[in-house]
Amino acid sequence: MTAVGTTGAGAFLARHEGLRARLPGAHLPWVTALREASAEAFRAQGFPTRRVEAWKYTDLAAVNGTVFGEPLTGVDDALTLPATTNPRAVFVDGRFRADLSTLEGLAYTVESLAAVLPTLEGRLGAVARPAEQALAALNGMLFEDGLVVTVPAGVAGGVLELLSFATVSERAPAYHPRHLVQLEDGASLTLIETASGPAAARYLHNPVFEIEVAAKARLNHGRLQQEGLDAFFLSTVYARVAEGGAYDNFTLNAGGRLARNEIHVALQGPKAECHMNGVQLVADGQHADTTTALDHAAPDCASRQTYKTVLAGRSRGVFQGKILVRKIAQKTDGYQMNQALLLSPEAEIDSKPQLEIYADDVKCSHGATVGELDADNLFFLRSRGIPLDQAKAILVEAFLTEAVEAVADEDIRNALSTAVTGWWQRQGVAGGIEVA
Amino acid sequence: MPAVTETLETVQSVTEGGYKWGFETDIEMEFAPKGLNEDIVRFISAKKNEPAWLLEWRLKAFAMWKKMEEPTWAAVSYPKIDYQDAYYYAAPTQKVKPKSLDEVDPELLKTYAKLGIPLKEQAILAGVEGAGDTPADGGRMPIAVDAVFDSVSVATSYKERLAKDGIIFCAISEAVQEHPELVRQYLGTVVPQGDNYFAALNSAVFTDGSFVYIPKGVRCPMELSTYFRINAKSTGQFERTLIIADEGSTVSYLEGCTAPQRDENQLHAAVVELVALDDATIKYSTVQNWYPGDAEGRGGIYNFVTKRADCRGARSKVSWTQVETGSAITWKYPSCILRGDDSVGEFYSVAITNNRQQADTGTKMFHIGRNTRSTIVSKGISAGRGQNTYRGLVRISPKAAGARNFTQCDSLLIGDECGAHTVPYIENRCMSAKVEHEATTSRIAEDQLFYCRQRGLSEEDAVGLIVNGFCREVLKELPMEFAVEAQKLLQISLEGSVG
Repeated sequence: MTAVGTTGAGAFLARHEGLRARLPGAHLPWVTALREASAEAFRAQGFPTRRVEAWKYTDLAAVNGTVFGEPLTGVDDALTLPATTNPRAVFVDGRFRADLSTLEGLAYTVESLAAVLPTLEGRLGAVARPAEQALAALNGMLFEDGLVVTVPAGVAGGVLELLSFATVSERAPAYHPRHLVQLEDGASLTLIETASGPAAARYLHNPVFEIEVAAKARLNHGRLQQEGLDAFFLSTVYARVAEGGAYDNFTLNAGGRLARNEIHVALQGPKAECHMNGVQLVADGQHADTTTALDHAAPDCASRQTYKTVLAGRSRGVFQGKILVRKIAQKTDGYQMNQALLLSPEAEIDSKPQLEIYADDVKCSHGATVGELDADNLFFLRSRGIPLDQAKAILVEAFLTEAVEAVADEDIRNALSTAVTGWWQRQGVAGGIEVA
Repeated sequence: MPAVTETLETVQSVTEGGYKWGFETDIEMEFAPKGLNEDIVRFISAKKNEPAWLLEWRLKAFAMWKKMEEPTWAAVSYPKIDYQDAYYYAAPTQKVKPKSLDEVDPELLKTYAKLGIPLKEQAILAGVEGAGDTPADGGRMPIAVDAVFDSVSVATSYKERLAKDGIIFCAISEAVQEHPELVRQYLGTVVPQGDNYFAALNSAVFTDGSFVYIPKGVRCPMELSTYFRINAKSTGQFERTLIIADEGSTVSYLEGCTAPQRDENQLHAAVVELVALDDATIKYSTVQNWYPGDAEGRGGIYNFVTKRADCRGARSKVSWTQVETGSAITWKYPSCILRGDDSVGEFYSVAITNNRQQADTGTKMFHIGRNTRSTIVSKGISAGRGQNTYRGLVRISPKAAGARNFTQCDSLLIGDECGAHTVPYIENRCMSAKVEHEATTSRIAEDQLFYCRQRGLSEEDAVGLIVNGFCREVLKELPMEFAVEAQKLLQISLEGSVG
């Protein structure tokens, strides 16, 4: 059973040992094999230290030092769900809750992973790479549930919401949902994912997404990460896109005391496209990390990335973005921009864009800027009678606009604007903004 | 190097393609036994007649080196180096000073001639008595040259002219004897013994290199230049250069490197330390043309170099300019520690990899003082099966208010077998700092090529012209003699990469 009182990778490995026979799919040899391989990979890697290049700027010591428990089942939660007209799937503490979800009358299937696990052979684990990412290995070893979305060929799926809630628990639960999203030829879907939890709760949310976008299909994936301020949010998204397909990812990284938003996208067919945009809003005491890896593995593909980070109080922001262009990927058009705005003298930003290029007929560029609010711009606004706080708000909003505007999907853009405004107001109230 | 251009053209006309500096000089050499151990360190120190503190310093470095591991983070691959299978000391033997050029070992003179050193300076370099007391040709300010052959500085020219201004320019082994207090005060203060694997190795076994001291308020009247050459077989070259620019002084220093053509790989692990005090300016230019190995990647120099400048004083400035065309492997990150308020660091680099060359190079700018500024311009060109990586760090400490950095890294790809990589790190802990980075990767534009071809240029000449244009921002930072040589080098390095 759970190794009570122990921490770190060992505790999770012990939990896997103890639960081995009771985890979902324990009777299926292929699931067992997948879990064992993941356990082996996690045993080899443990929680990465800062000596591991990919974790140079994000320290998992706090995760490593926390005693986590299992999430409780059947909690009596009085959740108030935000009103919506969209179909939605709700997860509480990592488990699918059919009673809270509304998924009737859809032209595509949305299921609980735990419920349909026997049918997922060959699909589950097809895109994730636990041997390379320790957290995906941890997830592969201990996943219990997740969402399985399958949009058949040619179906326009509309909007689907994925809500993930954490409840207050003394046990500091750790959960590792595995979500599979598959769009068949020419299908489309807008998936809006919201992760949130109570301010005071400590928990580890370690989701892994495996996304497959077939030829000419399009997935708009919006992510609003607004976990509680004592939470660890360590998420890894894997996506692969076939010929003429498109994967758009927009992530708002605003919650959690430590949040890592790691995205791996492989463009595997000619003329595939990927847009990755994001905003990180990092307030006092928070650490937010966005790490992207874009693999151009086919010719004529295009990728665009725009990431903006705003830092207030004593906080730290990280951006790491790698673009790999393989030899076969001629005519690649790759662009990446990441910018950070420091609103406090105690904030730190670390940025590592990276180009690795093996094809010659390509156009790739990246840019990075770091700075504070422009004094001239502030002066301009103030000279027109706008109070300092408001002037700053205007400039921060303007700074974020580029990333937000790049989001093609209106639903995602609206959800995002609301979240950004809310964050900004909280910062103003908390007085976390320093006068320039 | 002066008159290098002319030599280059001559050499170029004789040999078709390939490495132009592949000659080996057959002169009498004195070797220490192969291998590396404490005895060799003691042997080198004794050979140089060093004071006890320096021997201790070396032994400490050796002890550190033994405990360290060879770094593997750079994007270069090479077979494991057997550090026991190399000579750590090789010196041309010559006891009595010759009276005239006629008495100098003709092989040595031939080498100088091939390097394009004018006769007058050859005499000085060969140590002919009385040479170097008068300036060279006419009124033109000459370039003072320190030539380092394998492990030993063979001669330094124009010493007396420089001494008039109180400038010290000599071999570091000589400085240890003549100015021990200066060497002791500054050696290892910028690159400590245990800084990294190759710096530790260098600290233990360094044999020679240049030492420069520019006194307060002095503007060095001529360019100072060091010429490095690995000559003997199986030798490693471990030179150590230390340049100190005292308050308000200015110096421009050039460095050139070549090596003969050989099948096996040779190791070059140098350390360069620059110290700039208040209001001092140091300009350090390198044209690195070590033997790059043949088209199949056999042979060539492993160039693992640690270069770092400490802008200790307020308003000090250090500018690194490098043109890296040679070496099988280049591992080199000339850096600036911007400690003094308002100090300035610059890094201008052109790196070319052709055939199977690998280069992992870039810079580090540490902003510590207030209002410190740095500029990084890096141009990488990959051809053949070359792999070229820019790896850089800009770190702004919390106290570096008003710090400013601008970085531009451009990569050019010629052919579909090569690779170009960019890995910049930005770490900012200061709100009022401003950091900008931009990088692009592309190949030579078809329309530019077409334009040149249409006007009758061959494809190779057209590529040469475009590449020179691509590198212009960096080349214009070089002193004139070097700039001309560098342009030629670029063209030669890319031979065989098109068509």
